[in-house]
Amino acid sequence: MKMKERILKSLIYISTIVTVGVLLWIIGYILVKGVAHISWGFLSTDQTSDYNGILPIIISTLYLVFLGVVVATPIGVFAAIYLTEYAKQGRIVKVIRFATESLGAIPSIVFGLFGLIFFVVILRLQRSLVAGALTVTIMVLPTIIRATEEALKSVPREYREGSFALGASKFRTIFKVILPSAIPGILSATILTIGRIVGESAAVFLTAGMVPRMPRGIFDPGRTLSVHMYILASEGISFDEAYATAVVLVAIVLMVNFTANKVVNLLKRGRMAS
Amino acid sequence: MILENDRIEQRVLKPMKKMKWSDIFEWLIERVFFICAMFAVFSVAAITIFIFIKGLPAISEIGLLNFTLGSKWKPSANLFGILPMIAGSIFATIGAIAIGVPVGIFTAVYLAEIAPPNVAKFVRPAVELLAGIPSVLYGFFGLVVIVPLVSDVFGGAGYSLLTASFILGVMILPTIISLSEAALRAVPVEYKEGALALGSSHINAVFTVLIPAARSGIVAAIILGVGRAIGETMAVMLVAGNTPRVPGSVLDPIRTMTTNIAMEMNYAVDLHFDALFGTGVVLFVFIMILNLVTYFFVHRNVAK
Amino acid sequence: MKTLKSAGILAMILLMVFALTACGGSTENASASTSTPAASSESTPAETTPAETSEPAAAEEITVNVSGSTSVLPLAQEEADAFEAKYPNVRVNVNGGGSSQGVKDVVEGISDIGNTSRNLKDSEKEFNLNEHVIAYDGIAVSVHPSNPVTSLSKEQVQGIFKGEITNWKDVGGNDEEIVVISREDGSGTRGAFEEILKLEDESGSLVSETALIFNGNGGVKAALASKETAIGYLSLGVVDESVKPLEIDGVAPSVETIKAGDYPVSRPFLMNTPQETTEGAQMFIDFILSDEGQAIVEDGYITVK
Repeated sequence: MKMKERILKSLIYISTIVTVGVLLWIIGYILVKGVAHISWGFLSTDQTSDYNGILPIIISTLYLVFLGVVVATPIGVFAAIYLTEYAKQGRIVKVIRFATESLGAIPSIVFGLFGLIFFVVILRLQRSLVAGALTVTIMVLPTIIRATEEALKSVPREYREGSFALGASKFRTIFKVILPSAIPGILSATILTIGRIVGESAAVFLTAGMVPRMPRGIFDPGRTLSVHMYILASEGISFDEAYATAVVLVAIVLMVNFTANKVVNLLKRGRMAS
Repeated sequence: MILENDRIEQRVLKPMKKMKWSDIFEWLIERVFFICAMFAVFSVAAITIFIFIKGLPAISEIGLLNFTLGSKWKPSANLFGILPMIAGSIFATIGAIAIGVPVGIFTAVYLAEIAPPNVAKFVRPAVELLAGIPSVLYGFFGLVVIVPLVSDVFGGAGYSLLTASFILGVMILPTIISLSEAALRAVPVEYKEGALALGSSHINAVFTVLIPAARSGIVAAIILGVGRAIGETMAVMLVAGNTPRVPGSVLDPIRTMTTNIAMEMNYAVDLHFDALFGTGVVLFVFIMILNLVTYFFVHRNVAK
Repeated sequence: MKTLKSAGILAMILLMVFALTACGGSTENASASTSTPAASSESTPAETTPAETSEPAAAEEITVNVSGSTSVLPLAQEEADAFEAKYPNVRVNVNGGGSSQGVKDVVEGISDIGNTSRNLKDSEKEFNLNEHVIAYDGIAVSVHPSNPVTSLSKEQVQGIFKGEITNWKDVGGNDEEIVVISREDGSGTRGAFEEILKLEDESGSLVSETALIFNGNGGVKAALASKETAIGYLSLGVVDESVKPLEIDGVAPSVETIKAGDYPVSRPFLMNTPQETTEGAQMFIDFILSDEGQAIVEDGYITVK
């Protein structure tokens, strides 16, 4: 018995060490190999320069993130408001919930296929940042809906009742009372969405194209960081460049996770203090 | 229905003219929210319809059995059997589960039961970070580190089922850990306290009482992990070798359904193109079955 | 607290506006699908201008979308850079995708030019595309630089790729298993390679089913560079010091040997356009076929003249 417990206990510790260890291994390896290849020139020029720079790729990524967040956030937040504040349990809510969960489970390559025929071909958007952004919008919707719903549910009932008691309409209550208290949750969901869009590659390369050029607008194709990373890794044109790009991606992911956590903590504290 | 009642109430309470404006406004706002909520439904419907419209004709032209059970994928010879890809997806997922589930559950136990707060403060963000790393970075890491490692240790090319399973196993860790931890924490404290009062040791109580009580939550975590593993594309594409052949050993290369699509989508025309959508249909059906199972698991759980 | 609250309200108003535009936008999109031909005009404004092929009006922005073969891509990109330098108002977007994709994109109107690194198949000929041969390219059968083998006969290459020869010692190398690397089905390089080396019959490709499959010329190059026992084939234009091209029947692949017809594995690079070629596309192809454009081809590939 003692023996068995000792084995179980050491398995628990080993597993935790493996989990954290793999993370440190991946990030450490990429940083060690890549940091030396990062330079200002690499970040501020395009592919034709001596640095094989990634500025157009960073800009394309920003376009995609901005568009994706701007379209997905309101739809997601409003959907969550409907689900928590308006909808009563019923068939239609069940359908919406099931659809949202399904959307979260669909593999990104399937979104890519859909985006390719619907946005790129049928809507004639060609391979463009806007086609890519619309595709990822659908993809990240469940994340935003779920997080917002949770944030809304955590707003105390008394807030609502108080507001109604003061004669405020439902709309005023939602926008003046409930949403402001739910903002930390929504904000951190949005930040995580940014991470998700930056990290997406399978759905993006089929819809936004792979052109490593500075986009002039949202109807131009563009290559995002993850797609660039994939192309560098699979085509082995330059592994130094691949490591350097990987460092940029890791830096973004670290930043996104860090700010998401900080935002939640800061705003929570701010709310409590007031 | 109930909302209509609300409106009727308001109508009774407020003077006629003023109420009408706000009434319309409130109604409009609710419609906007409703449409946004239905967006997910429209999207799922559109995705399903388009994938099936594109994929089903190809499947019927090739023949359902020839398509799903054919072992030869040779578009140049009009042979479209995706059995190797189905096998590849299933084997890679089993491998990922074999690696990810035990490590994930043990780590979840550590976080839920053992970890001192200041250590958990470090481990939990690490798990979150693991979830935030883009799949292409996992693939790149697999390509430059794990592939040569497997090749050196076990021989062969290194692009293999084993490599893909390892990478996928790591990728599903965060899903398994965070959901299992939540499931473990959801078990009422009395369960554990009861076991401890009966003289059971802490570890023993965890494994004989806590984990069985959290079973359905943990199973749901595993199913979600399976979904993630089956759906992963880019990471697998970089390390799996992508040979469309049923693997004979863990060191053989594999091609999964997702990589079959991503790899050849840009190279395909005519029936080949449609057959890739057909692959998407099969993948979609797999995922939907998994999703239905999870849905019922989670909801049965809630009902309890 | 006050600032937080007003910031929150401001954010909500912004979200509202976005949502309304988003909802409006989606219905607009939906209606656009019913009137599809109109939507494409904005990306090809070239049609509206009168024929001024030599000196287009400076203010007119012209976009040329090119996609297709990854073998043609590096060359097309270099040509595009030179072309844009000469005509600043023209923008050429060069996408990869593969030969079959190039044809498909042109037929569907997604691209103005579709590149292929092989001759069009019979099924593709039916679309009546304008085919422009812009260059010729060799396919280099290559290995890791450390591999002692430097030359193979055509039969040995066939044997290796069919899976009949599985050890390097059978062709004069070390006693190690051969790792065969091929390309995905639909790749122009694979198509041309199989056609020239007779690695196909009526039952399709004869390349060993156990071959590893990599995406793009770069993918093959990366795999060859990292695996000592591998053999693969790739466009001569992308060969560098990280891989070692083999002699076939004693002839090394090079611009000279291909031009002379001594090196057996070569194929054409095509740029395909629809019957109604856009002005920008025509300008670009004319540029590539000019002396200026062919001078760029000469660096690594074989000119058409």
